[in-house]
Amino acid sequence: MLDPVITPELIAKHGLTTEEYQRIKDILKREPNFTELGIFSVMWSEHCSYKNSRLELRKFPTTGPRVLVKAGEENAGVIDIGDGWGIAFKMESHNHPSAVEPFQGAATGVGGILRDIFTMGARPVFLMNSLRFGDIRPDKLNAATNRRLLSGVVSGIAHYGNCIGVPTVGGEIYFDASYDGNPLVNVFCLGTLKTSEIQRGAATGAGNPVFYIGARTGRDGLAGAAFASRDLTEDSKADRPAVQVGDPFIEKLLLEACLELFQHPEAIVGVQDMGAAGLTCSTCETASRGNSGIEIDLALVPQREPGMTPYETMLSESQERMLVIVKAGHEATITKIFEKWDLPCALIGRVTEDGFMRVKNHGVTVAEIPAKQLADEAPLYKREAKRPADLDARQNLDLSSLSEANPQDTLGKLLSTPDLASKRWVYRQYDHMVRVGTVTAPGSDAAVVRVPTGENSWKYLAASVDCNAHYVALEPKLGALIAVAECARNLAMTGAEPLALTDNLNFGNPHNPENFYMLQQAVDGLAEGCRAFDIPVTGGNVSLYNQSPAGPIDPTPTVGIVGIIRDAKHITPSHFQNPGDAIILVGQPGEELGGSLYLREIHGLERGKPPELDMEREKKLHEAVRAFIRLGEIRSAHDLAEGGLLVALAECSVGSARKLGATIKLDLPHSRLDALLFGESQSRAIITTRPENASALVSLLELRGVPAHRIGTVGGNELKVQVGGSSPREFTWEVALLHQAWDGALDAYLA
Amino acid sequence: MRWAVIQFPGSNCDQDVFHVLKNVLAQEVDYIWHKNSSLNGAEAIVVPGGFSYGDYLRCGAIARFSPIMSAVKEAATAGKTVLGICNGFQILCEAGLLPGVLVRNTSLHFRCETVPVRVEHPASRFTSEYLTGQVLRLPIAHGEGHYVADEATLDSLFLHKQVLFTYSDLQGRNTQGANPNGSQRHIAGITNRAGNVLGLMPHPERASEKILGSTDGLGLFTSILANVGTPVAQAA
Repeated sequence: MLDPVITPELIAKHGLTTEEYQRIKDILKREPNFTELGIFSVMWSEHCSYKNSRLELRKFPTTGPRVLVKAGEENAGVIDIGDGWGIAFKMESHNHPSAVEPFQGAATGVGGILRDIFTMGARPVFLMNSLRFGDIRPDKLNAATNRRLLSGVVSGIAHYGNCIGVPTVGGEIYFDASYDGNPLVNVFCLGTLKTSEIQRGAATGAGNPVFYIGARTGRDGLAGAAFASRDLTEDSKADRPAVQVGDPFIEKLLLEACLELFQHPEAIVGVQDMGAAGLTCSTCETASRGNSGIEIDLALVPQREPGMTPYETMLSESQERMLVIVKAGHEATITKIFEKWDLPCALIGRVTEDGFMRVKNHGVTVAEIPAKQLADEAPLYKREAKRPADLDARQNLDLSSLSEANPQDTLGKLLSTPDLASKRWVYRQYDHMVRVGTVTAPGSDAAVVRVPTGENSWKYLAASVDCNAHYVALEPKLGALIAVAECARNLAMTGAEPLALTDNLNFGNPHNPENFYMLQQAVDGLAEGCRAFDIPVTGGNVSLYNQSPAGPIDPTPTVGIVGIIRDAKHITPSHFQNPGDAIILVGQPGEELGGSLYLREIHGLERGKPPELDMEREKKLHEAVRAFIRLGEIRSAHDLAEGGLLVALAECSVGSARKLGATIKLDLPHSRLDALLFGESQSRAIITTRPENASALVSLLELRGVPAHRIGTVGGNELKVQVGGSSPREFTWEVALLHQAWDGALDAYLA
Repeated sequence: MRWAVIQFPGSNCDQDVFHVLKNVLAQEVDYIWHKNSSLNGAEAIVVPGGFSYGDYLRCGAIARFSPIMSAVKEAATAGKTVLGICNGFQILCEAGLLPGVLVRNTSLHFRCETVPVRVEHPASRFTSEYLTGQVLRLPIAHGEGHYVADEATLDSLFLHKQVLFTYSDLQGRNTQGANPNGSQRHIAGITNRAGNVLGLMPHPERASEKILGSTDGLGLFTSILANVGTPVAQAA
């Protein structure tokens, strides 16, 4: 077949600018052929090169005493957890594929992040996810489509994770019209490894053989990376061939075979998974990291269908494939293992020393590109940033004309919103218990998982993913800072101290200066949050072009933090445990309604400034809660987030195994009852303790500079709240009814 | 006592059951690869959960042709203890060691949660450490756990005390609401007629350590240990 002639139209169709094309010609010192054009277009897409965001990402702190592999060095960062063990974890998006084909899009997202982790030599031990959809309530626009997307994505995640046997232990899901037509599917994976067995993705040693292992290459996922690097439009359905098809069974075999192979360090030089940009990315990146060259022959690549062109083979994103560089003379080690697992394994080339990525087809050279310049010298852009013109107006909130809703009805309404409702409908489709490590199941502030570090010895990790995108949309830097604070707060409530963070930056088209401003500010906020908690960013993902014809999504810089709990007996639940326990509100009482769920759901207002955040105060809260957890004084701890104080109390009740009620007396100064009960002021938590120690605990917290008020007692089957002050009020809810509203809501929307 | 945990391509609860046997119960355990033909002298054989062969064609339908399955069948005939959990249950049905078949949950969704399971009777090598009617809290995690057999087979299973576990509510009542997958007559676990082969959908290995929230599954393993050497019960 004759390659098409390269025309300005063809260049534009590959998403390359005139300047970028000139740069390609400068690198090659000639015109590229069609295959080479395709190779450059995927490697220089935002998805692979971060060309629009990399300058911003440099603001992140990436070092620390526990960092064994830094962000960006390899497929995922590695953090030391002690006793010779490390963890590799990362979050990645599969937003665009999930928008056009939710089941396969989400499934292959899980497959991709799993490979990123086991490529490092780690055994994946748990998964989480952060999802965003348009509203699913029947009276909302596009509700049927959004429900279809939600169902498809959840089934896709379940299919892949359940089959491969890695538990999905937690996550978050929020709904907002800005995600109509552009859902977000961010998947997180964590693996454990011996620090002495970290695998690297470098091709070194001229003459060493290059092996292709795993599934055969087909025509699926052609140029998926480039597809992910443009806006979603009405025509995106035509991009379905850019979505990959996953096979978790093959991935399971590949995982086990790879882990078996890694037990032979003498035989392995480097490993790299074939994710975005498949064979292209894995060959040029390993060569670039190894300061070497690589030569492969496509005729040797296991293929699913006949007649694939070099362009198609190089750009295919078929799943469940890896590249392994083996030490010459050890070829038999790898072929034997892959025979055992009945997986394709083919010698497709050699490491060279001339620095070129040379691709042949039946011996004829079809692409010849300097590997380093292709992999590492993509153009970098400093995009224009402009504060959105309407931001001031949206931050303006006049409460004087706002009526106060009756808390009696409001609580049930809020608990049954898709954002707050129990996500049981979702997580019971995920196997969240396989690997016998899940100590705290989904539905708590953070997941707690014991991970094996040797035979019958364990470390206890807590992990959470978070982002309140409404806050980010209203004040990006503060919103991103709150995302970090809330995620770390979730961890602190379980007794964990944070180790490191991964992020997934989901934003609109960066060529729009207002979108880029949001990205820039959010990165500043995340970086500041990481510095405050002294945790590094271990890697992550940038997903731009998240917009449909209706406009960009709310900027969503999702963060995932992993923490460690020193001792199994410190693991603390979120919900009420024992009748009679004293309930203490920890943190400064506040009345901030800006950006709150209450304003959005009850008054239809998406405005105001997000709540203030004082990082010193936040850190003191975490340290105090952890300290008293370690002393054995805290029986449950739950942070205050969306919905504020009253929702947090209700969650402690409806989430408890025995549906324990509480009697609450709030003698807190306030100007508005709705702001007291539903305001989302930061740095607060509800803890419970033995009644005899409550007053001592309150004074000890105060002594640490952490405000604390004993507000009530656990017990009964009602939640009773008395509010003191000039006009005292009293409210009573049956916990069983609140539970029904909260637990049954998603089932009802999705029935 | 020596145990064998069979590993098929796609097994994924093999390490879990191995861990419980070895580290919680201090047993001798071997992984047995499906291409092997020997069980290494094991007295009890576990066919673990997972998605053997990706559940392609039908769950358990391909695994039954693995070389090791002839050895498992021989061991079953010889009266050795055979325990199939989840996908292992499906494989034992497909292999003809247990009657009936497991089909898609009526909800059509995969379901993972801890559910109440009632012990039907303690007169078996798998339940002797439990009491009649005892309600256990055991995790389930399956998309195809809906047990189906013809009416005569179902009657016979109950008549011959082959039904060891049923889904119930916390009070031990077999209500429709407490049936997580639509299983006929709420069946969660059955033995063969001789009583030495058990298949069950719930995962006892996930409920064998306090830190994981339930130790109710441990009794199943300790029952097997307590009955080592007991001759195969002759059906009445």
